[in-house]
Amino acid sequence: MYDPASALIGKQAVFEAHPEDAAVKALADLATDAKYDRAELTITIARERIVDAAKAVQQADYNFLEDVTAVDWLPSEPRFQITYHILSHSLKQRVRLVVRLDSDSAAIDSITSVWPSANFYEREVFDLFGVHFGGHPNLKRIMMPEDWQGHPLRKDYPVEGYR
Amino acid sequence: MTPPIHDVEDIQGAAAFDPGVEDVVANSARNRQNPEGKDQTMVINMGPQHPSTHGVLRLVLEIDGETVVSLAPDIGYLHTGIEKTCEAKFYQQVVPLTDRIDYLCPMTNNLAYCLGVEKLLGLEIPERAQYLRVLLNELTRVQSHLVWLGTHAMDIGALTIFLYCWREREDIMRIYENVSGQRMMTSYFRIGGLSLEPPLDFYKQVQDFLNKMPAAIDQYENLLTGNPIWMNRLKGVGYLSPADAIALGVTGPPLRASGIDWDLRRDMPYSGYEKFKFAVPVSNDGDVWARYVVRMQEMRESLKICQQALDGIPPGRIVADAPKIILPDREQMKTQMESLIHHFKIVTEGFGVPAGEVYQAVESPRGEMGYYIVSDGTAKPYRVHMRNPSYATLQALETMCKGRLLADVVAVIGSIDIVLGEIDR
Repeated sequence: MYDPASALIGKQAVFEAHPEDAAVKALADLATDAKYDRAELTITIARERIVDAAKAVQQADYNFLEDVTAVDWLPSEPRFQITYHILSHSLKQRVRLVVRLDSDSAAIDSITSVWPSANFYEREVFDLFGVHFGGHPNLKRIMMPEDWQGHPLRKDYPVEGYR
Repeated sequence: MTPPIHDVEDIQGAAAFDPGVEDVVANSARNRQNPEGKDQTMVINMGPQHPSTHGVLRLVLEIDGETVVSLAPDIGYLHTGIEKTCEAKFYQQVVPLTDRIDYLCPMTNNLAYCLGVEKLLGLEIPERAQYLRVLLNELTRVQSHLVWLGTHAMDIGALTIFLYCWREREDIMRIYENVSGQRMMTSYFRIGGLSLEPPLDFYKQVQDFLNKMPAAIDQYENLLTGNPIWMNRLKGVGYLSPADAIALGVTGPPLRASGIDWDLRRDMPYSGYEKFKFAVPVSNDGDVWARYVVRMQEMRESLKICQQALDGIPPGRIVADAPKIILPDREQMKTQMESLIHHFKIVTEGFGVPAGEVYQAVESPRGEMGYYIVSDGTAKPYRVHMRNPSYATLQALETMCKGRLLADVVAVIGSIDIVLGEIDR
């Protein structure tokens, strides 16, 4: 069974335990926090530096963007967690980049300039969470109709109609 | 890049990379301002109710004569909010939802989700369950590729093959029905193992299928592989370079057909795949033909894995030893007080999962199927996100179709093998 004590929490602990990891090396300056849990590396990045971080891991041979999504942590702040999963074909490992956003400024730079495949994923997060991606080429709703009110995957959006 | 068949030099493509529907329409309006004697374009709408879009995909195309100038997919017609629904269910209750996002490979989705939750829980799965999971997953791959082959060939005009593919698919459907009681929405996997021990005649049924399937694949190849019409429709169509495939997030057979040697089963093994010997077919052609060749070889490799799994299934339990997570046997539940309590608690309250987040990816027939599961320590997932292969591959459609004939769009859609239920979720 899972043992919570096995998780490494905090930038210092993770970076000391895995100094040779390619993502750890690439993000030494950009990381604000880190976690190594269940054999998965998570690195937190400041909101302004996400494009730099994406370029840095791409330089470090993490060549494939798998996924961009979000988690709504209502009512805690910062409310939104934007999660990027990036895979390296040569190293055969992946890294998770995380950015936390406050609810009153739910906006972040788009990484479509680094990986064009972020296009649909960022549109999906925009549509379902209402997070704005600056510099995105075509930021429109993708799942819901154009005239839809609200963002369904937010936690204050009920499963069955508004209450 | 294969040169365009038709001269489109008078026409400007839409400026944006991967344009939206409005961009395509606006671009065509701009091109209609071209002076007298120059080419003009028109916009046509394809779908959502169109037999060759494999579901409810709508495409808006700007065409110059027969040549595609720009193209935008419009999706969302099947959006059912499965990710939102997951947040209101116990962990085990999410499994039937995962069947329904990609109805051609239910077992693969079951596996990806169950592996994700098992990673959150830190559960060890018995080897017997792992072998059965691999066996059923590879049968699912063959089944999904049969649907792809039949419909893809039918789109292009080879109608006969469709019936042959359905004939063999029916055998796999019968295996599904025998093992899980369902032909399509199997929900056979459980968090921690499998729902039931397979019936006794299951092994013979699978062996019979494995005996006759190689000859059936030969039969499909006899009908198609050397067929000059088939080759002319497929070769050189829908080219995707390796760099574009990576940049646009393409995974699975289309990625391997573009020359990238990457398969999660071999490179990041899960559920005991490291114990099996199989080749990963790769082609450098990057066109629709290459995707056809790769998938046909993949079916043969899947049969090899099935045979290894069938021969090597060890004895033992099919569920992990975790009484607070896995429902007890009926017999135990009716005779032992403790089992009865566990049964009651699991059914009424679910089971708590330690807080944390995991991303578990498996190689589905269409590419990388990933589940991102976030737990806050309660009995319901805080967030479930499905990273599905068709969604990303659809982004590459414009790159593959631009400058090519309108009729080739149908061949390209068939070759990327999208499932709209999975794209829209």
